[in-house]
Amino acid sequence: MSILVIVDHTEASFQDSARRAASAAAEIGTGIHILLAGVECRQAAMQLSRISGVDAIILAENQQLDRHLAEPMVELLARLASDYSVFMAPAGTSGKNVMPRLAARLDVMQVSEVIKVVAPDTFERPIYAGSAIATVSSSDPTLVLTVRSSAFEPAALDGAAEVRQMPASIGASASRVVSVSPNMSERPDLGSARVVVSGGRALGSREAFESLILPLAERMNAAVGASRAAVDAGFVSSDCQVGQTGKIVAPDIYVACGISGAIQHLAGMKASKMIVAINRDPEAPIFAVSDYGLVADVFEAIPELTRQLQD
Amino acid sequence: MTYSILVPVKQVADSTARIRVRNDGSDVDLSGVKMAANPFDEIALEEAIRQREAGMAREVVVVSIGPRTAQETLRKALAIGADRAIHVLAPREIEPLAVAKVLKKIAQREAVDLVFLGKQAIDDDCNQTGQMLAEFLGWPQATFASSVRIAGGEITVVREVDDGLETLALSVPAVVSVDLRLNEPRYASLPNIMKAKNKPLAEIAVEDLGVDIAPRLTLLGVREPDVRQAGTMVRSVGELASILRLAAGRI
Ligand SMILES: Cc1cc2nc3c(=O)[nH]c(=O)nc-3n(C[C@H](O)[C@H](O)[C@H](O)COP(=O)(O)OP(=O)(O)OC[C@H]3O[C@@H](n4cnc5c(N)ncnc54)[C@H](O)[C@@H]3O)c2cc1C
Ligand SMILES: Nc1ncnc2c1ncn2[C@@H]1O[C@H](COP(=O)(O)O)[C@@H](O)[C@H]1O
Repeated sequence: MSILVIVDHTEASFQDSARRAASAAAEIGTGIHILLAGVECRQAAMQLSRISGVDAIILAENQQLDRHLAEPMVELLARLASDYSVFMAPAGTSGKNVMPRLAARLDVMQVSEVIKVVAPDTFERPIYAGSAIATVSSSDPTLVLTVRSSAFEPAALDGAAEVRQMPASIGASASRVVSVSPNMSERPDLGSARVVVSGGRALGSREAFESLILPLAERMNAAVGASRAAVDAGFVSSDCQVGQTGKIVAPDIYVACGISGAIQHLAGMKASKMIVAINRDPEAPIFAVSDYGLVADVFEAIPELTRQLQD
Repeated sequence: MTYSILVPVKQVADSTARIRVRNDGSDVDLSGVKMAANPFDEIALEEAIRQREAGMAREVVVVSIGPRTAQETLRKALAIGADRAIHVLAPREIEPLAVAKVLKKIAQREAVDLVFLGKQAIDDDCNQTGQMLAEFLGWPQATFASSVRIAGGEITVVREVDDGLETLALSVPAVVSVDLRLNEPRYASLPNIMKAKNKPLAEIAVEDLGVDIAPRLTLLGVREPDVRQAGTMVRSVGELASILRLAAGRI
């Protein structure tokens, strides 16, 4: 059973998510290849070639694949349909965009957001914002999967995969990229950070979010996260949203500041190793999942905490 | 050129409902749970209505595939502003792959130019149907839309992607899946709720569409998620600082 892992090397945490996807792949079978599509993939290929258990890195270099638009990606992937019995990708926005379209092309039902490999055709995945975990088995001859990176450990880096080039000519497409505005954060990438400091509605304004959350994050060398309420209110950009419909994170330390702990938020962070919450309401649901809780006003506690961590 | 827009709306458990697992672990227990339109689909509907109000669309058609109760959700969509509704009666939950095949049939029968749908249904959390539908129709797709503009035979969509925002231009016809920040859906007014009673709602049995809806996945069971034990409450910022310093030191 050969497995193709599709990785978007333009994403900040591609290396980390590739290693995690590779360990998920290793639980399914052998003959693991990683596909890198786009332009200037060589360096990324060299990095990924060290991932343990990966036999080959396949390079498909073409400008049209640069942003991993679904239509050209599926045109490329469909040519590989007979070579692989499993197609999988990390469940980031890139994989979520491309893989279901591939599944439709192959007429198979995708299994989304796999968190555990039970058997080569049987997987666990969360449903209802993580309120329940379903076990599903697929009867399709080819599997199309997206995997939740945070649920798998990164594979080791002691491999030596060969790097191969594949022809990658693509027909004209009905969609084109007009512009890209990447987030300009200097903080570590949220998807792979070991520490995350998140702020919620309690911060009240963009100014307060920036003057309280950012210094604490900096102090802890942490990525910045947020609840939906904080994003909706414009305190911070939407790529910081953690939750059912934002990013799923599982850092070593997650610090939730002024976040109530709605189920949709918990869905994105409750697999964190250590959860710390600061909230002035002792009844806030976030405390029920926290290892350490502090009942306090964020406007007093966060600056004080930042200061004390400096000492 | 104005377009006809199809908006698929799924009836799901209300986002505030507490979902329990059945004692025998066979599935979730939805008995007595309040049902509502998938929140993302309300956003898709709002966008379609705004495009019609702006003169870019001539008609907004809503479609739901599901049991008879899905008609309540369709009536609500009509009250909010859809022009007509189609109910594809399906006796049981069908998978996104099959939903996409059904939607393809409907899109073709109704000769729509655009499909606006939710990026994800908050029950199955699959995030697949729009992408699959786009492939089946052979149309371009833009997922995770946070802004949509129609002009000159093209639709320009700002997408919320992991590393920021990406703007795509698609030629019409196209499929667009919407994200949370596209708009704030309106509520239905009382007069519109009354008027909606007279708007057309067609019913089709899923079997009559000639689509293979056989499930590909078997649900072997459903369990509760691992529970986290509540930990300790600390008394002071100082205590918290020591804990964090220690934990950070171990990384
Ligand atoms: C379809 C759907 C998808 C969703 N997806 C997501 C998602 O992906 N991520 C997400 O986060 N949410 C999501 N939500 C929203 C979610 O239901 C909650 O509304 C949201 O998480 C609340 O954000 P919050 O905790 O910041 O705000 P609130 O719930 O308003 O909580 C604010 C908290 O701050 C505390 N507080 C207030 N002032 C202070 C102070 N001065 N000091 C200390 N504490 C203070 C309060 O006690 C309260 O607990 C989704 C909802 C829906 C319907
Ligand atoms: N049974 C259904 N009836 C109507 N629309 C649906 C149905 N299932 C899925 N959809 C649409 O597809 C979107 C994505 O669903 P999913 O792929 O299941 O996460 C939803 O937001 C709906 O717009």
